[in-house]
Amino acid sequence: MASVTQTVSMRRPRSQVSSVLRTIFGSQESVLLVVLVLLIAYVGHSNSGFLATRNMVNVFAGYAYIAIAALGMTMVIVTGNIDISVGSLMVTLSMLSGALVTYKGYPSWLPLDAIIGISWLLPIVIGALIGAIIGFFVTYLRIPAIVVTLGFLSILKGVLIMVSQGERITGMPTGYALAQRRPLQGLDFPIFEDFFRMLTMPVFFMVFLMIVVALWMRYSPTGRAMYAVGGNAEAARLSGISEHRIVMTAFILNGVFVGIAAVLNATQFSVIQVTLPPIELQIITATVVGGVSILGGTGTVVGAVLAAILLNTITKALVFLDISPFWTRAIQGLMILVTVLADLIRRQRQAE
Amino acid sequence: MATRETSLKKSSPALFQQVQGVLRTQEGVLLIITIISVLILATQTDKFLTVKNLLNQGRLMTEIGLIALPMTFIIITGGIDLSVGSIVGLSAIMLGYSWHNLGFPLEVAIAIALGIGALAGAINGLIITRFRVPPLIATLATLAFYRGLAEGIAQARSVTGYPAWFFDLGQRETLGIPNQLYFLVIGIVISAILLSRTTFGRSLYAIGNNELAARFSGIPVNRNKVLIYAFSGFMSGFAGYVLVSRVSTTRSDMGSGWELDAIAAVVLGGTSITGGTGSILGTTIGLVLIQLLKNGLALSGVTGDATIVVIGSVLILSTLINIVVQRRLRGV
Repeated sequence: MASVTQTVSMRRPRSQVSSVLRTIFGSQESVLLVVLVLLIAYVGHSNSGFLATRNMVNVFAGYAYIAIAALGMTMVIVTGNIDISVGSLMVTLSMLSGALVTYKGYPSWLPLDAIIGISWLLPIVIGALIGAIIGFFVTYLRIPAIVVTLGFLSILKGVLIMVSQGERITGMPTGYALAQRRPLQGLDFPIFEDFFRMLTMPVFFMVFLMIVVALWMRYSPTGRAMYAVGGNAEAARLSGISEHRIVMTAFILNGVFVGIAAVLNATQFSVIQVTLPPIELQIITATVVGGVSILGGTGTVVGAVLAAILLNTITKALVFLDISPFWTRAIQGLMILVTVLADLIRRQRQAE
Repeated sequence: MATRETSLKKSSPALFQQVQGVLRTQEGVLLIITIISVLILATQTDKFLTVKNLLNQGRLMTEIGLIALPMTFIIITGGIDLSVGSIVGLSAIMLGYSWHNLGFPLEVAIAIALGIGALAGAINGLIITRFRVPPLIATLATLAFYRGLAEGIAQARSVTGYPAWFFDLGQRETLGIPNQLYFLVIGIVISAILLSRTTFGRSLYAIGNNELAARFSGIPVNRNKVLIYAFSGFMSGFAGYVLVSRVSTTRSDMGSGWELDAIAAVVLGGTSITGGTGSILGTTIGLVLIQLLKNGLALSGVTGDATIVVIGSVLILSTLINIVVQRRLRGV
């Protein structure tokens, strides 16, 4: 007993400082924000070119589509599942969007705006549909999500390469380039005017969807139920939550967000081509570094979005720090490890 | 214990019961699927069912096979190793780099590559056991990290110009059989014995079924886990060596995506992704089935991309069949 009281009394004098620190480092979101600000400050200090408006816009907009896909991934992981087919799905839907807008066989009375609308919306619908199929396999046929999505990764990748024959899509109409639009152009701002004016559409999608999803997951019955299912499926079932319906919803919404991300990705440049970098890894990385526990039950989308921005910042920062870009992935990997370890240690502390 | 009972059941003399018993295992179902596939593919093209072609397929599947063996161990314990493809790349790069840039003799460079592989695997194991990071996350992080190291060390330069003896393993035959296939067969036999006939092997099933119970019954859970992840790293390093020897060059993107091929072979072979069940025999059949499907479809004029569609579908379907069969069994 004596030793216990001693440790408590010894801790007490530090508690003023440590309580401040605890508020800052109390959540993964605030840790990420602090790291992000420090990193930008440090790189900007070493090379002021990094803080140039154009570059800062790229820092925030570059991984917006990863962040948007991470919103859906957050839901899937919170319910205790995983989807490793999102990369293949996103590229497939991007190609689909490009193919739809450049298709020549539409009836002549159909206005161009309608064609563009179709090519923006149909990929999202198809995304939801594929999410529903995956959800059906996972919930009703009870095949583990990692097996189903591993299978879908192969299937989608194969279909994609077969259909596209490795060709790239060009010649999209100018109105199609959703991701290149700058909605705040021409408006006046008291500070950072150039920055706000240059912000492109993906950033607004990212921020808007993040707020909606964060509120929805926090306050809606379905959003709460996702945490319940992932935290303790049995308890959730006993309290009258339909696990099947909730997991289905998570996979369908995941498909929707992958669809939105795909359209933003497709409209970003004047060429759409089949590149298969491991996008699914970047999405899962952003989600996990953002503090979503892979065991399900905890995590928020705000952390996932911050983590996506941080990953992109690191990539961009290396160029300005004169570090060979070939080291990018090593540093990203190391960062994932450090964040995950820090998160686990913090949780163990809190549990004590 | 459960598996010992099944093996007793299997030895029951009635032929009918034996057939029924075979059908009840994923290995049995899979073997039948494989035989049917081979028969169908053989009618499509006469280039498929030839000794030369089959041996060549054996050569091509060796690298994934070497990785799939320890992957079976890991998945049986309820874990997963996503970093194997990156370890293949890292080991391959270290082989070329320590020979070409650091000036080590090639024999030493090979040893370094294998050692780096084992070390990388052991680090996975330590992160998973010491810090209790879920294996999926730990190896996802090291997937990026090890691949990043490979890319950073290589700086997009490839190493070629190896001496002739170096290609013995990957490109030559002994008694008409590709050299690396001997190593795969030895690996399969050793892994199968290790898994089904030793205390160590049994402990892996125990960990996969109930880790806490395994811990309380005195099984050195952490030590065994570190061992299998280190084994996985070592075999990935070895696969990297075989690959370099077969294709005569080292590049940093070697082995990309192999983790999925290896996991597909293991899961197709009936090892439950949630741990607790599985066998090396199943993994071997899964491996062969995937390779024969790839090759047979390609020879029948199906493009390589359609092949991965078929493999993805087979993966989902065979798991579904397995689950349905298991449910039936439990119902009966």
